[in-house]
Amino acid sequence: MPGRQLIMDFEVTPTSHTLADYKARGGYETLVKALGMAPADITKEVTASGLLGHGGAAFPVGRKWGVMKPNPGEIHYLCANADEGEPGTFKDRWILEHAPHLLVESMLITSYALGVRHAFVYIRGEFDLPCRRIQGAVDEAYAAGLLGKPVPGSDFTLDIVVYRGAGSYVCGEASGLITSIEGRKPYPRNRPPRLTVKGLFQKPTVINNVESLANITGIIRMGAEEFRKVGTAKSPGTQLISISGHIAKPGVYEVEYGYSWAKFLDEDCGGMLHGAKMKCVVPGGISTKVLTRPEIENLTLSHESVNPAGSGLGSGGMIVIAEGTCMVRLLQVLLRFYHHESCGQCTPCREGMGWMHRIIDRIVAGEGLPEDIERLYAISHANDGTTICGMGDAAGFATVGILNKFRDEFEYWIANKRSKMDGRLECRA
Amino acid sequence: MRHLIPEFERMKERFPEGFDSSLVLPCLHRIQADRGYVAEEDIVGLCEYLSVPRIQVEEVLSYYTMLRREGIGKTHLQVCRNIACSMRGAEGVIEHACKRLGVKPGETTADGKFTLSTVECLGSCGTAPVLMVNDAYHENMTLEKLDALIADLSAGGGNS
Repeated sequence: MPGRQLIMDFEVTPTSHTLADYKARGGYETLVKALGMAPADITKEVTASGLLGHGGAAFPVGRKWGVMKPNPGEIHYLCANADEGEPGTFKDRWILEHAPHLLVESMLITSYALGVRHAFVYIRGEFDLPCRRIQGAVDEAYAAGLLGKPVPGSDFTLDIVVYRGAGSYVCGEASGLITSIEGRKPYPRNRPPRLTVKGLFQKPTVINNVESLANITGIIRMGAEEFRKVGTAKSPGTQLISISGHIAKPGVYEVEYGYSWAKFLDEDCGGMLHGAKMKCVVPGGISTKVLTRPEIENLTLSHESVNPAGSGLGSGGMIVIAEGTCMVRLLQVLLRFYHHESCGQCTPCREGMGWMHRIIDRIVAGEGLPEDIERLYAISHANDGTTICGMGDAAGFATVGILNKFRDEFEYWIANKRSKMDGRLECRA
Repeated sequence: MRHLIPEFERMKERFPEGFDSSLVLPCLHRIQADRGYVAEEDIVGLCEYLSVPRIQVEEVLSYYTMLRREGIGKTHLQVCRNIACSMRGAEGVIEHACKRLGVKPGETTADGKFTLSTVECLGSCGTAPVLMVNDAYHENMTLEKLDALIADLSAGGGNS
């Protein structure tokens, strides 16, 4: 096991997601403890824990909460971001399917800390089982008197709505998400004002990733000091890594920050599929830059180790790529995705994604021009920082990351009208 | 959609006050689950029920990929073609499904039994390749499993 476990610390059984099983594991006991604390002390504890957001940006959770200054009588909202759509990422799904009550308890504690009366779980529309599991947990909590009326022994009441999306990557962006809850298409919003100042229906709103929230119960239960004993000084705690691609044992792993990256791949994940050699790895969702095997050899899975290498752990969506995989075809898949998901609000992204997609299609069709590589660079750079949300930048990062390291494959295809690597994305035995 | 209004009223109870506009998406989901798609009369009825402008409902319907204004085949096969699935054989799965069903992605078989679609990342990369049969995920797909699945669905009711 790659270090200590804080979230995946129980055995998954056919009933482990139910209220009865969760309570048998000590579930909802931390809620009682939290309701005995002053709300501001909970925020203080979370800030002291150093918990970093798990949605991709690793923004300190306590700092986000700190912006919200709960005033009695004023309206504040909380949204759990369960719109997991960054390709390569499927770890929130694990929490929703197997530990939905951990999320509900954490949302109760968070709402109490932030003066929230109504909270939302925004879940992607395709997630059928995860949606039924979290809705089931919410319904169980209502029936048990934990939601919808004052929690026994307190005057704190919370309602939770499970809100289903309907197929859109941009809804995972926090301001796109709340625009979607308002019943419209999810156009992201300019900041300032920050969403913690003016969010859902113009009221202060905290939006946290499911995994970030799932950590709250543990932090309050064990205290910030104990929590900080897990992980490293700069990356406290653990991260759920969802690993896929050409790896022997894909799946979700809870990794303690500071664990050796090479050991994680070679031992915990069983090494490469069919004993292949590793070409490179996407560390945390396709919007993070690829790193080659030599580049990661001595790194640990922590922000302070991966960031200086020019990439990031992002959403923990790790995709392992074997030698022999065609990076031109791989970029084609990425750019098709970004083009498909651009919401169309900002010109650089709306037009840029289309241009990049058509250029890569042209290269693959054997009609690429020698200057197309520079064009892809130019469009990527033109998107950087010129769009309202980060999607434009992300597509550019991913493209530049691949072009920088595998430029020869693009030049080869343009010159020879065929792949240098036989055009394969699969890794055969 | 009018027969669904009692359900919509129950849904409303958990929302804060003044959130009628937020009900557009959940109501459309429910209508589509009921009828298979969203019809003109549903749009008119929903605008009236929620007091929202028609453009808002149109906007939501045209933006979100899961919502549709026309019926499709009895079984909706949606094959993921994003990066992790492509790296584990999705391209072969899509090609095979096209051949077996005699349609291209986006088309419905002549007997109305199947609609085939390709989709981007379903968040199931660890069990790639994945496809959806209506609402249900079918993971670690192989050509053999796909053959069995199609044979089963053709013979049976068309549901997963």
